[in-house]
Amino acid sequence: MIRRLLIGSVWFYFILLLISPILYLVTQSFDEGIEAFWREVTTPEALHGFMLTLEITAIVLVINLVFGTITALVLVRQHFAGRTILSGLIDLPFSVSPVIAGFMLILLFGPETILGTFFGTLGVKVLFAMPAMVLATLFATFPFVVRELTPLLQTTGTDTEEAARTLGATEWQVFLKVTLPMLRWGFVYGTTLTVARAIGEFGAVLVVSGNILLLTQTATLHIYQSYVDFNYVGANAVALTLLAVSFAILALLELAKAKAAATAA
Amino acid sequence: MKIEVRGLTKTFGAVQAVSDVSFTVKEGELLGLLGPSGSGKTTVLRLIAGLETPSGGDIYIDGKRVNDLSVQDRNIGFVFQHYALFKHLTVFENIAFGLKIKKWKPSEIEERVAELLRLMSLDALENRYPHQLSGGQRQRVAIARSLAPRPSVLLLDEPFGAVDAKVRQELREWLIRLHDHLNVTSLFVTHDQEEAMEVSGRIIVFSKGALEQIGSPAEVYEEPATEFVARFIGAMNILEGQVLNGMVKIGSLEFPAPTIPDHTHIQVGFRPYHVKVAEDPHKYRQAATLRHIYFLGVAYRLEIESREGLILRSRMNKEEFRQYRFEVGQPVSFAVTNFRFLPQGGMSFPPSASSQPLEIGPLTP
Repeated sequence: MIRRLLIGSVWFYFILLLISPILYLVTQSFDEGIEAFWREVTTPEALHGFMLTLEITAIVLVINLVFGTITALVLVRQHFAGRTILSGLIDLPFSVSPVIAGFMLILLFGPETILGTFFGTLGVKVLFAMPAMVLATLFATFPFVVRELTPLLQTTGTDTEEAARTLGATEWQVFLKVTLPMLRWGFVYGTTLTVARAIGEFGAVLVVSGNILLLTQTATLHIYQSYVDFNYVGANAVALTLLAVSFAILALLELAKAKAAATAA
Repeated sequence: MKIEVRGLTKTFGAVQAVSDVSFTVKEGELLGLLGPSGSGKTTVLRLIAGLETPSGGDIYIDGKRVNDLSVQDRNIGFVFQHYALFKHLTVFENIAFGLKIKKWKPSEIEERVAELLRLMSLDALENRYPHQLSGGQRQRVAIARSLAPRPSVLLLDEPFGAVDAKVRQELREWLIRLHDHLNVTSLFVTHDQEEAMEVSGRIIVFSKGALEQIGSPAEVYEEPATEFVARFIGAMNILEGQVLNGMVKIGSLEFPAPTIPDHTHIQVGFRPYHVKVAEDPHKYRQAATLRHIYFLGVAYRLEIESREGLILRSRMNKEEFRQYRFEVGQPVSFAVTNFRFLPQGGMSFPPSASSQPLEIGPLTP
């Protein structure tokens, strides 16, 4: 009896929070037919939004993979003063509202600040342009790669790396042939989380980008804009597209896991 | 390759892991480094490998000073306690790893790996991954991998620590045969004194970072040089007393000590099989009560309590035990037929002072 109650409540929870909104999204997108859906998804604003989101996500992913790996290696392998503080700071983005993060960037790079005028004289526009949007998204996605790699590094330890050295491998060879392969799944999960988060980033990017049409309006900003303009089909259509992309990424991840499990058996 | 270690010292922060250790390993020898956890034996092994840098002292491999030589260039093979196999590579690729680094030709790699697979009885497993192997198989792969590039020295860190007892016994015999076949100078670390005695040609006993004794298994067992070695290797009864008038009296036991100065506090050690026990209370000079009987498979261990409350261990083989009908609580007689004086830290004795057989005789009324 209790068992059925528990299963039932899980279903209820899922239907309420997940399944109903998605169903609503689907029906609303096709409310005016497939043509309307297609039209809304291919407007210049929508396409620009997709492109911008894609660019930011790609840049943020590459930066996070490189710096996330370095950070994880340093945190786990090196002992230095302030290590625990640094480790705690890694999780800061989880506790700070994205809007606050965006605001912090405005304060840092505003027109009368040191950094702002510095970049201004160089002719580089930070705020209300690509650089600020990348920075805002970086802030939000930073913990993911680091947090996926850290436990892997801790559990596998240095034995295999030492073994490689005894067999004549240089430090670089050890890193490429032993350390990186060992972190394979950490990279996969870290990438998935980073991409999902970057695609969905809204608050911080809204603040720092100025939401300038056809210039700094990402896909999520476009959805918001469409909604505010009462263009519900447009908003839902783009939202559904992003959802489809997320599902596709998750499906690929599951496929990769299944394949790995099959070869392991 | 001969290995020589002189005055080797290593400190980790405030901890002195290795203190002034010196020894020589002969060419082709199989040497065991034995000691409890924290004795420094693994650190010494890692220092020789180049995985740690010494705080002091020198290491020579084949006459060349290697302190400044990186682990990559020392041409040693190292086997880890938990195998440290590359999980993302097959057995073949694991063994071939060192050869690929050294840029061997693919055909040479094939040949060498095949040779090792045969030698280690790992044929047909070459395409498996480590997680598909048993503990014993994984360890043999680890050994094969370390031997592939033909190292001049083989170093093994508690190689059989992570497998179960039966497999451990097989692997031990296996290692001995392998060493006979290949004749590579090998050092292995263990905390299991039986293993050290069974496998090694010579043993070095470590305690708290210092070298306690170096010798053959027989020497270390029969003639322990320090109290630590006596306690660590095999079972030993140890009693404390003081030399008075050339004799050490402990309870009703008397141990002659003609060459040791009077008033020296000394420890007397004797092995359980040098304690003879009999049902007949008149057969031997000393009286005791039988407290406990242990069955050891190959023999029996008897625990007796002397009149003064000294608890002593005696070992008796099955044939002898079955001549008697021992019962716990029964009064028995016993005698100590051989003993040693154990040097206290820093003391050393002339060899004649120890290992003297005592007289066995009946109780005089």
